[in-house]
Amino acid sequence: MVASTSSKLISVTLRVWRQDGPAVPGRFVEYKAANLNPNMSLLEMLDVVNDDLERRGEDPIAFAHDCREGICGTCSLMIDGKPHGPHRGVASCQTYMRSFEDGAVITLEPFRARPFPVQKDLICDRSAFDRIQQAGGFITARAGSACEANSIPVPKGAADLAMDAAQCIGCGACVAACKNSSAMLFVAAKVSHLGLLPQGQAERDRRVLGMVQTMDESGFGNCSNQYECSAACPKLISHDFIARMNRDYLAASVRSAFQAASQAAGGGA
Amino acid sequence: MANLDSRIPPGPLADKWRKHKADIKLVNPANKRKYEVIVVGAGLAGSSAASSLADMGYKVKSIVFHDSPRRAHSIAAQGGINAAKNYQNDGDSVHRLFYDTIKGGDYRAREANVHRLAEVSVNIIDQCVAQGVPFAREYGGLLANRSFGGAQVSRTFYARGQTGQQLLLGAYSALSRTVGQGLVELVTQHEMVDLVVVNGHAKGVITRDLVTGQLHRHAADAVILATGGYGNVFNLSTYARGSNTTAIWRAYKRGACFGNPCYTQIHPTCIPVSGDYQSKLTLMSESLRNDGRIWVPKRPEDCGKDPNAIPDEDRDYFLERIYPSFGNLAPRDVSSRAAKRMCDEGRGVGETGLGVYLDFSHAIKRLGEAGVRERYGNLFDIYHEITNENAYRTPMRIYPAVHYTMGGLWVDYNLMSNVPGLFVLGEANFSDHGANRLGASALMQGLADGYFVIPYTIGDYLAGQKSGSRPSTDAPEFRQAEDNVAAQVARLLGAKGREPVNHYHRRLGQLMWTHCGMARTRAGLEQAIQEIGALREEFWRNVSVPGSAGSLNQALERAGRVGDFIELGELMCRDALTREESCGGHFREEHQYPDGECKRDDTNFGHVAAWEFQGEGKVPLRNVEPLNYEAVKMSVRSYK
Repeated sequence: MVASTSSKLISVTLRVWRQDGPAVPGRFVEYKAANLNPNMSLLEMLDVVNDDLERRGEDPIAFAHDCREGICGTCSLMIDGKPHGPHRGVASCQTYMRSFEDGAVITLEPFRARPFPVQKDLICDRSAFDRIQQAGGFITARAGSACEANSIPVPKGAADLAMDAAQCIGCGACVAACKNSSAMLFVAAKVSHLGLLPQGQAERDRRVLGMVQTMDESGFGNCSNQYECSAACPKLISHDFIARMNRDYLAASVRSAFQAASQAAGGGA
Repeated sequence: MANLDSRIPPGPLADKWRKHKADIKLVNPANKRKYEVIVVGAGLAGSSAASSLADMGYKVKSIVFHDSPRRAHSIAAQGGINAAKNYQNDGDSVHRLFYDTIKGGDYRAREANVHRLAEVSVNIIDQCVAQGVPFAREYGGLLANRSFGGAQVSRTFYARGQTGQQLLLGAYSALSRTVGQGLVELVTQHEMVDLVVVNGHAKGVITRDLVTGQLHRHAADAVILATGGYGNVFNLSTYARGSNTTAIWRAYKRGACFGNPCYTQIHPTCIPVSGDYQSKLTLMSESLRNDGRIWVPKRPEDCGKDPNAIPDEDRDYFLERIYPSFGNLAPRDVSSRAAKRMCDEGRGVGETGLGVYLDFSHAIKRLGEAGVRERYGNLFDIYHEITNENAYRTPMRIYPAVHYTMGGLWVDYNLMSNVPGLFVLGEANFSDHGANRLGASALMQGLADGYFVIPYTIGDYLAGQKSGSRPSTDAPEFRQAEDNVAAQVARLLGAKGREPVNHYHRRLGQLMWTHCGMARTRAGLEQAIQEIGALREEFWRNVSVPGSAGSLNQALERAGRVGDFIELGELMCRDALTREESCGGHFREEHQYPDGECKRDDTNFGHVAAWEFQGEGKVPLRNVEPLNYEAVKMSVRSYK
């Protein structure tokens, strides 16, 4: 391994949110990080700071991370007040030290929203997203029961648009960016992905009603059309999907109010 | 001596799976709910297995160390998934996919397993489409394909450069549905830290709650490990930082044999290392090799020049030159070693000299920048984010990096290890890829195992277990396993040494990359075994793990995993040392043809090495499962 020599090293001061657990108050603690290669990622910089802390027997800064290539959705930092930091279309792990000036002060906090309680330091609990998925974010298709794949043609435009929505990495930046802590971009992305496909039609109404209800019950706020969510989204998922979800929700609500349901629903022979 | 009965069904290769499904035992629908199955890990294999078994009626508990099953590292697979659909009318078939995979694995995989994989590949695509996976499509609405390395047909299905993500979200949606229906109990942020074996059968696991630090006992009628690969033994790899060997390693120490641990895949197209702070390497999908051309300057003195200033005649498109019939789509092991040879000759590029160019200028001339952007836009974006370079203007620099491990726990045809009741799926097992995996085959294997193999084969075991016979978590075996884990945690916290965990992980990684990486020698491996032994001793004496056992403690999590990696590293070197041949990803410098290609020894090494733990500090036992090739002739693998 050879260290890069072409770039001028930089030093920064970190203001890091430290909190021992959900029930105890947190505080900002300052750390110096010196002689950093600007090609290092922000998380690698935290690794170096943590190695120093551990060497001294001090508790390292807890932060969530895994793939470090912007796809798993684990990393979740407010960097200088912005979810995932200064750049558009990237996750925290794809933020590099070259984005900061030598001598900069960088503030690091967890995503802040009531439905995302802090577990420790920079880690928050986003299990509410899983519960929303469990309430309808699927197409029921048991293994073994599927028909031949090409028997369901999907127009390329619909498939491409579904893919745009399906790219969501479930990080929660949309919630952290929203003054109402709304999860509507997250929910709309899944509702749209499945609702745009012919395979997703049978459960379309159930899906949107179930997911929205769970979203509301989890304590997420409503959308007031500021679109901070799309701006903060590491996959730049469009807020147009929220309008699509609202239409789906309205139609599903009307249909569910007037549609006759079989009394024997769920019964067998 | 472990019992390594592969239980490959008799009869002609193409009939084995069908016949086996008809012959094995079933559990009747009303009885299924009486059996509980633990599934550890929720990547493609784990999620698909958990949801499928739950749909069949089994009681399932899904345990993941992530905060959500959707985070599993299957999510990062970029390029695609193979299936023998022959939608391109280009001569593909189940037999051809089987043959390509066997040959790609350098004749070190089981024929019967690979044939089954090729058979069910077509069902996987059907299943994923039904779940709403947004695969790429043609304008007519039908599915699109592209080519991948080691194949001369187009059989790879893809969703932009995020195929793994979309397949995992499909499997995750099925898992979420079964969780929502109350069929699966989902346990997140719990790490499996021991396997519990009662009367010789796997009957439970011990987990550590990563938030509270508490240890928990979980009993079951069968345990499935789908915990992925162990490439992070090299520290730097394309794996997620959290990927680890702990679940399978601790199962190994409870008696499960470890198959072919030295078979490691080094992927040719990754972004080169830039500094010693580096925490991971990023893959540039193999799909880029469909349109990108790989080259180095012909003359070492040109290596420092601007690549655009080097005319075509001064470039060596070395894959096209050496392997004209596969060209830039030669298999991964072959391509990686070729790149290493070019760099060893002093013709590597970039600051470190450890890089080759992946050039799109010809593709841009042919397809236009927009055409290239449509196919690979997100990959070019990733490259730009990491390197700050625009690959539409100047060629990418790439270098091989650790990407996948073909080795893993030994399993029979039912995917059960030699410990009855312990099943191992996906990358965590050793079974389908031999000594080298072809691109777009990992996703195929993970989903094959979870959706279409384990639902049949687990019944064969459970039918022989009395329902309601699973032990109580108060059984002495559970207490002993929990005490064992607690003692290890206490030992790590009590070391109070001077160096952080990462220090040891880096040193282990350097040893492994140098001596057990792309090229291996007897002397190097012997040295590595010595040095790893010393590193292990130092780690336990001098590691600094602050904090307590009873809280969220990431240093402690890493320490446990690195402790296991150090032991595994030693076993990998031992395996590489005893395998006196070169095959696929295992390249011993002593065993090569004059042109630098792998020289196999089918007579002495046409077998699986399955290592059996013999106790702390003792040399493990090397068991052997012979590989019998009935349908394919073992021959020299040529891509020329």
